[in-house]
Amino acid sequence: MITLNDVQKKYSSEVSIGPVTLQIPTGGITALVGPNGAGKSTMLTMVGRLLGIDSGSIEVAGYDVSKTNSKDLAKIVSILRQENHFVTRLTVRQLVGFGRYPHSKGRLTMADEEIISRSIDFLDLSELEGRYLDELSGGQRQRAYVAMVLAQDTDTVLLDEPLNNLDMKHSVIMMRHLKRAAAELNRTIVIVLHDINFAGHYADYICAMKQGKVVEFGTPERIMDDEILTNVFETPVRVIAGPEGPLAVYY
Amino acid sequence: MANLISLPALAGHNSSRASGAMPTSKVRKRYWITLGIMIALALVFAAGLLAWDNPMPVGSEGFWIIAKMRAGSILTMAVVAACQAIATVSFQTVTNNRLLTPSIMGFEALYRVVQTGAVFFLGVAGITFFTGVSQFALQVAIMVALSVALYGWLLSGKLGNIQIMLLVGIIIGTGLGSVATFMQRMLTPSEFDVLTARLFGSMTNADMSYMPLAIPLLIVAGGYLVASSKKLNILALGKETTINLGINHRREVMVTLFFVSILMAVSTALVGPLTFLGFLVATLAYQLADTYDHRFIYPMAFLAGFVVLAGSYFIMKNVFYAQGVVGIIIEAVGGITFLIFILRKGRL
Repeated sequence: MITLNDVQKKYSSEVSIGPVTLQIPTGGITALVGPNGAGKSTMLTMVGRLLGIDSGSIEVAGYDVSKTNSKDLAKIVSILRQENHFVTRLTVRQLVGFGRYPHSKGRLTMADEEIISRSIDFLDLSELEGRYLDELSGGQRQRAYVAMVLAQDTDTVLLDEPLNNLDMKHSVIMMRHLKRAAAELNRTIVIVLHDINFAGHYADYICAMKQGKVVEFGTPERIMDDEILTNVFETPVRVIAGPEGPLAVYY
Repeated sequence: MANLISLPALAGHNSSRASGAMPTSKVRKRYWITLGIMIALALVFAAGLLAWDNPMPVGSEGFWIIAKMRAGSILTMAVVAACQAIATVSFQTVTNNRLLTPSIMGFEALYRVVQTGAVFFLGVAGITFFTGVSQFALQVAIMVALSVALYGWLLSGKLGNIQIMLLVGIIIGTGLGSVATFMQRMLTPSEFDVLTARLFGSMTNADMSYMPLAIPLLIVAGGYLVASSKKLNILALGKETTINLGINHRREVMVTLFFVSILMAVSTALVGPLTFLGFLVATLAYQLADTYDHRFIYPMAFLAGFVVLAGSYFIMKNVFYAQGVVGIIIEAVGGITFLIFILRKGRL
């Protein structure tokens, strides 16, 4: 469970996030949606303690994010940002191995190696594990990053737009992998998504944000609604019944 | 937490799948062979510097007296190579930038200002005034204090940004350099001549009496950085990944930069500015070691540094007879090697 209590972050008198009070339930995928500049990524980075908060408190699985030792938090929550560029040249397996650092402190045991292998296999990267990251396509690289945070083996996983730069096929594959991780590995996954239809189909909960505040939170069935989506995205949206569930049409 | 382990195996775990610093045994073999060649080269150049052109018969008493006198400069080279190699590799890691060297952060400009200022205000006697162990210690202390003030001010508080710190460092360095140039313009030709000898990096600048201070500083600062190799491997992945993996990024960066400034100050105060050496040595080490792991990069960088220094010195002494301008040879020999590597591999 992730609990945000009156969380606020001020950039200037006009630009601020919050106050946000929100509870994200344990298990399943929660999608953060909303227009550009709504504060989705900012909120995610605050939960992942990459960004400090000005007031309020954030708890992940009962641990206060700003008070708990960062070393211990690294075993509870992991976060993957949108932009990942490394100066060092790494193979897929070496990258995924870094995910074990909070547990191994750089000294990988047999158990660590096994978890690394599982994460790699889980994202269908077995064939590519010896390849260098700069020899991979964007989609394969994105999967390697996700394998790294899965290897970190935390109950809560925060992903900032993991579908960025992925084509249709790879977006779908990625979402299926995440869905499976949530179900089979019991992870709580919070994910920033741009495509409302992806959120409607794969997420268990949708959290809609606008101008730094949470405006709606609920199941996809409730959020996939003409009036709610039109209000959130500030553009006319119609929800129609599709073959795989409700579809938002906005063009 | 540990819920991956309880899963039924998705694929039979193969013990040959390991995540070491070297992805394949071929890479591993190549590393150790390269390291062996570098050690051999280092020994050859060291022996060459000691024995080549030694007028006494090999093994005689006189031979050893001359060799002993030359051993001082070999020790200096080893200390300087270690300082420059460890400092530059660590600096590039925490700044996530492989095109920079810590020397542009004002160390060398500060050295120039101190040396020029001594001559400017005290005349030729100023140079002698600025030699000695306590002066060496003072010079190291000033350089470390300046850089710690810079890092401390720029990395804490609102800015908290490495890019801004680098920019301010470069601007301060350029500013100090201009002050030094301005003072040099007003020196008499004879004073300028004396000063110039101090402003070219040269192993003969080093006074053996500095070693009892320089070597412990190297051991403490270099030892700390080499011992934190595993943390530095993570820091190389950038700020956000580092925090995600539970490391206090700002503290580690500041501690690393503090020790880097000690190493750079020791090297610069010992032999003078060697702007290009650190960058060259670090880049060569990445090419030769071909791994992310600092435990393997550091030894390679040190050996590369020593081979470049000793090799340039050997060429200078025995081929060109151009005493004192080793910096020029380093740039010529090192620069060509560097270009060959980059053009052959096509990446940094």
